[in-house]
Amino acid sequence: MSELTLTVMRLGFLAVLWLFVIVAVQVIRSDLFGTRVTQRAARRAEGQRPQQRQSPPRQQGGRRGGGRNAPSKLVVTEGSLTGTTVALQGQTITLGRAHDSTIVLDDDYASSRHARIYPDRDGQWIVEDLGSTNGTYLDRTRLTTPTPIQPGAPIRIGKTVIELRK
Amino acid sequence: MTNTGSNTTVSPGGLPSRRNTELAMLIFAVLIPVFAYANVGLAKDGALPAGMLGYGAGLCLLAGVAHLVVRRWAPYADPLMLPIATLLNGMGLVLIYRLDLEPLPGGAAAPTQLMWSTLGVGLFVGVLVFLKDHRVLQRYTYISMVAALILLILPVFFPARFGARIWITIPGVGSLQPGEFAKIIIAVFFAGYLMVKRDALALASRRFMGLYLPRGRDLGPILVIWALSVLILVFETDLGTSMLFFGLFVVMLYVATERTSWIVFGLGLTVVGAVAVASFEPHVQSRVDDWLDPMQAFQNGSEQPAQALWAFGSGGVLGSGLGQGFSRLIGFAAKSDYIFATVGEELGLTGVMALLLLYGLLVERGIRTSLAARDPFGKLLAVGLSAAFGIQVFVVAGGVMGLIPLTGMTMPFLAQGGSSVIANWALVAILLKISDTARRPAPAPAPSPDAEMTQVVRP
Repeated sequence: MSELTLTVMRLGFLAVLWLFVIVAVQVIRSDLFGTRVTQRAARRAEGQRPQQRQSPPRQQGGRRGGGRNAPSKLVVTEGSLTGTTVALQGQTITLGRAHDSTIVLDDDYASSRHARIYPDRDGQWIVEDLGSTNGTYLDRTRLTTPTPIQPGAPIRIGKTVIELRK
Repeated sequence: MTNTGSNTTVSPGGLPSRRNTELAMLIFAVLIPVFAYANVGLAKDGALPAGMLGYGAGLCLLAGVAHLVVRRWAPYADPLMLPIATLLNGMGLVLIYRLDLEPLPGGAAAPTQLMWSTLGVGLFVGVLVFLKDHRVLQRYTYISMVAALILLILPVFFPARFGARIWITIPGVGSLQPGEFAKIIIAVFFAGYLMVKRDALALASRRFMGLYLPRGRDLGPILVIWALSVLILVFETDLGTSMLFFGLFVVMLYVATERTSWIVFGLGLTVVGAVAVASFEPHVQSRVDDWLDPMQAFQNGSEQPAQALWAFGSGGVLGSGLGQGFSRLIGFAAKSDYIFATVGEELGLTGVMALLLLYGLLVERGIRTSLAARDPFGKLLAVGLSAAFGIQVFVVAGGVMGLIPLTGMTMPFLAQGGSSVIANWALVAILLKISDTARRPAPAPAPSPDAEMTQVVRP
């Protein structure tokens, strides 16, 4: 076998091996780079401000992009369920203490059927209070009607805070 | 971050199962070893090796069966673990086949290894099919402890081979390393035990010099495990297994309690134990001497550590190419303990890094699984199993490269050795099962009342 063929095979094999590693990393990219724990910790320390400052440009870019950057998951950022994520796939998400809720809140301040989050016809996500005792808050305002959710805006239910992320 | 649209799937919740991703990766993972066979054959004989189709088909069959079983019994499991395990096992087969072509003691090992791999995949399938829920293992916490202890003590009653008592010999069947299985069983015990005791371990402590000092009675179990691992070291002269056990316990304690002080204690006790045993046990002592001065050891007749270092050195960055190195110079144990030196010589630093990254990715998937798991037992078990796997890779790779004294452990999936391959397939199966439970969508509320509600309440 000629020297050249062997050299090509040797380098080719290394390339293929690395290609596998790179493809494997691509498969789990959202795992490796998707969650930003430090950012969230910083946010919590500095209050909600930096987060609001960061998110508007991305949101507007997304809106013009025709919904490509529509929120893809719901993240619990505070409360006993911190870190839980639920993928948004057009289904209605119910929140409350009832066992059949999508997110079961173990929280004395939550009602059994507290709120729900659902997409309207345009794919805009809406949060609606289901007549809870202590209310649902979007940013600082108590909800009275179904309200569209901006990605990154905190929704407070009792001790739990959730938000939609891309 | 910009284009995560197709990749937002790895988080608990209603997720696509990603079985097709796994299939694609699996095909890739089978093709790489086949390529490697062709490379070895062309380099050694100038022709495609006769066994290539056989081994390729064998590996393909194993991977296919494993994939179908995962598809049926663990549909939401992690998409990466099986392909990585298959690739590592396939690379191991190729490297052993390649070393079979050299005049080494022991005869052809690749067919046996393929048989062991088949048994390993068999156990993998068995675990996936019969272990309906990993939480069942929690019931066997203390039985696991007893079983692990028995497995660990058994080799003492069998004659030492190659200076270490880690084998049990079953007449007519061959020899087994029970330590490989014990590592899984002991992880089950630690997970079950720590799940119950972790609050006591984490909260009842006094603060002293920035460290949380645990109470004496909480310190008991760690001291018992420490004593046990030192005893293994003394009676079986097996540095690797005792390091693995102790490291595993420290990692799981840390994860369960979030107390840095356990790590400090653990490292301190490891150092004390290792130094003490090395000072009076001749077998361990000679290993340490070989590690401290491989060149002196080379002249004294213990050639392997120096040969391994030379193998890495002559491999350089890109390696000599498969089938074109001189790994036969390592001699005894080239296919088992020292197989990583062959990787270093023939694939170079580039190949070594790629393989270590693959091991790293497998461990990362395990830890990710534990993050996603919903039950504390599953979390601890997943961390424990991936830590055991990672520590084993570290102990072997570190030993071969001269970072720590060499111990008689096998590189998971890569090295020759039946027990190791079988046990590691079982380990991957348990991780896949936990991952399946973790990623499985939570039992959704009945869809129809929801839809009704939406229609009624919609403004």
